Amino acid sequence: MNPTTRAPDYADTVRTPEELGRDAIGRTEAQVIGTSPIERTAIEREEELFTINMGPHHPATHGVLRLLVSLEGEVVRDLKPVMGYVHTGIEKSCEDKSYWKAIPFIERMDYLAYYSNMAAFCGAAETLLDLEIPPRAAWLRILHLELNRIHSHLVGLGTSALDLGAISMFWYCFRERDTILDLFEMSSGQRMHTRYFQVGGVAEDIPVGFARKVREFCALMPGRIAEYEALLDHNEIFLQRMKDVGIVPRERLLELGVTGPLLRAAGEPWDLRKVEHALPYADFEFDVPIGTVGDNWDRYRVRLAEMRESVRIIEQAVDGLPEGSWIADERHVVLPPRHELATSMEALIQHFKLVTEGFRVPPGEAYFPVEGPRGEYGVFLVADGSAKPARVHMRDPSFVNLQALREMCVGGYVADLIANLAMLDPILGGIDR
Amino acid sequence: MPDAPGLELIAHEINSRHEGAIVGTAFEHGQAVLLADPGLIRETLGFLRDEPAHAYRFLASVHGADYLPAAPRFAVHYELLNMPRVERLRVKALLADPGDDGLPELDSVVDLFPTADFQEREAHDFFGIVFRGHPDLRRILMPEDYVGWPQRRDFPIGGEPVIFTATEDTVPGWTR
Amino acid sequence: MEVERTKLRGLSPLDRPRSPAELRVRQLRARDMLRGDLEGADLDEYVESRVLTTTLERAQSWARGNSLFPATFGLACCAIEMMSMVSARYDTSRFGAEVFRASPRQADMLILSGRVSIKMAPVVRRIYDQMLEPKWVLSMGACSSSGGMFANYAVVQGADKFLPVDIHIPGCPPRPEALIYGILKLQRKVFGDPDLGWRERYRAGGTEEGRRPWKAGALPVERVGSAPAAGIVTGHGQPGAAQLDAPVGHPQLTGHEARDAYEEAEEDEPAAGPRPAVGWRDDA
Repeated sequence: MNPTTRAPDYADTVRTPEELGRDAIGRTEAQVIGTSPIERTAIEREEELFTINMGPHHPATHGVLRLLVSLEGEVVRDLKPVMGYVHTGIEKSCEDKSYWKAIPFIERMDYLAYYSNMAAFCGAAETLLDLEIPPRAAWLRILHLELNRIHSHLVGLGTSALDLGAISMFWYCFRERDTILDLFEMSSGQRMHTRYFQVGGVAEDIPVGFARKVREFCALMPGRIAEYEALLDHNEIFLQRMKDVGIVPRERLLELGVTGPLLRAAGEPWDLRKVEHALPYADFEFDVPIGTVGDNWDRYRVRLAEMRESVRIIEQAVDGLPEGSWIADERHVVLPPRHELATSMEALIQHFKLVTEGFRVPPGEAYFPVEGPRGEYGVFLVADGSAKPARVHMRDPSFVNLQALREMCVGGYVADLIANLAMLDPILGGIDR
Repeated sequence: MPDAPGLELIAHEINSRHEGAIVGTAFEHGQAVLLADPGLIRETLGFLRDEPAHAYRFLASVHGADYLPAAPRFAVHYELLNMPRVERLRVKALLADPGDDGLPELDSVVDLFPTADFQEREAHDFFGIVFRGHPDLRRILMPEDYVGWPQRRDFPIGGEPVIFTATEDTVPGWTR
Repeated sequence: MEVERTKLRGLSPLDRPRSPAELRVRQLRARDMLRGDLEGADLDEYVESRVLTTTLERAQSWARGNSLFPATFGLACCAIEMMSMVSARYDTSRFGAEVFRASPRQADMLILSGRVSIKMAPVVRRIYDQMLEPKWVLSMGACSSSGGMFANYAVVQGADKFLPVDIHIPGCPPRPEALIYGILKLQRKVFGDPDLGWRERYRAGGTEEGRRPWKAGALPVERVGSAPAAGIVTGHGQPGAAQLDAPVGHPQLTGHEARDAYEEAEEDEPAAGPRPAVGWRDDA
């Protein structure tokens, strides 16, 4: 582009790569290092900065994240994440599958939030189809999304505490996680990657006894959360490693596009469950916990409080579950009921057509966001009128939130880097997709 | 979301400030889309971000797309969000394919929206879209020595063929 | 190996003496034995009741199979199920495989838990090469066994394309029980002490670190930002496939040559161009 055609008000904001590359929060070198001669001589000797490579095989990076960390003594001076080590090409593979066969691929992106992934994808497809899901399906989706949120926070909490040296949290968190996975297995037959949500509703109604088990879980879980608090909240080591570590101001987080518990811990009450009404969260009574300082301690407390709120939502969902069909009665999209296959030729043909070819989606584009355990999961879907999507893109919160890691860590100790990364809770499958 | 007349007003307002910045609007499935001139994308996004009446200050997502048979082949989408009003607006910059002699180019918006850093790198990695002025435009997910833009629609999906009885004679060397 | 579990006749050292007198009798017999006073049938009976004979190799493989140390190495979804394998419900320490080791030097079992991308494959191979013999590889889940559902440009279609895999576990992801079953199968294999000649096909005979051409302490660090700004670099695009034909390891330079090549490469940085002959990646 010819630079003279540019309007003058934004022309001067273009900065050269050198200017931008110095510091992500825009500080000049003099502001970071200082200008007094003593400070400069201490830093300017290049060999004082020691660059170490962390990962991709490192027990504390929650996967195959690789970090290039520049250290000055024990203080982190720069940090550069290198990712792509589990890049799976899922977005490309989805373009080769029909819509309902793409759901299992989408699930495997963020492998701790598979229900959120599915909800975003199915929601985008339903937007393009102008399909309304029945209330029972919507409530079942909410029920499973909230169970999934607790599950994800439990794994995040257990592994984070493990990184900080508290191994017993790992055992307790995985005990409750297995309880949740039993529920998933009961409703869908799989522990992980259940493919329970379908375009038009959910795959199957909940089985007999599921509601009772969910109620048992809801009765159990608040006590268990209190146990975690008893273990960690007064643990001096944990407190010292969490409090006032990794503070990033709220405005900066918003600029970086951070969503989810990280943003709420900094005091911004932004929760898609409260503002977007694609799923009937408005029928539920729950609070959005927010932090005040925005340090790792707030992030931990926000996650625990969110687990409590999710338990509240699950209780309301299972108590007020509407009667009716669990999937929309749209035969051009939804598989016919199983019992009709034995009696109706039309149903059999329809089933065969849907399974082999899939349903067609009218041309269009849609972006559908869902609030997941780590923030905004958004699927951008382009349909070209055929039975396969033309483009599927997942806006994954781990990928976007990872940009905040540098600002959380620079200036702190390398030991705090581990705590920051644990509380950032990235899922590498979601980052690399 | 702004409604359809509101979208036209926004388009008109941007066009009166920056001539030709918006080439069209679309409103489908309740989602508002502004078709922007890629040469003036910084002006458009900067206007939407800084104008107090709009204040789309949160950039939720940046992603590329390849509409292969269509004439402007590539597009970069910016999902803008106004948090207080909970309004989403998609800005779509259509880019022509320069063919074999180059890559489609677009101005980077990293200094307006720092969150675009990784996501522009991702669009560059998968579609070969060059973001002018990006501080560190390298491949992000693929290996750095990888050749090709894997998510373009004319890039083969790769993998290995699965051999069934019906297809085994199409696999060279299998039945020999 | 099969361990005799039948109750040994007579006075087994595992039996607690039932009375002080019996204890005294045992002590006296042991004293006689040590003095060499026991002879003939008495000696036979004493030895039979106390000693279990086997070969050293079998004892060794029995010990190895019952204390497999996995490497702490998670790739994708399966890593979560791998973690729950050590959790309280599944508790793989019942089978001696719970001690996860962060360093590949201390581990003897690599669980490939998830999809292996073309960017990760050289890293996995390097970790495998860093493990000391005897080492075993479990491929957990469909992705690392065969590429699974991800038949596309980014995923290596089966980890046994670049390293020898001993056990494949099906599932997406496999349940922790399935993983434990795979570990039990691997134990069987270790107990059997198989001839590992088949690993030669993968050139996986030993630890490759000894063939490093440079001296200790001169390990090059990959430079940040060595690619040109436009991000277009030359090179091969499919390391997963190309690697099979290329010899594993580094060109056999003598120490002096390698040192020169390394210093040369360092001076050239960050110029664009092909990677120097000595790089950190095995496929360089």
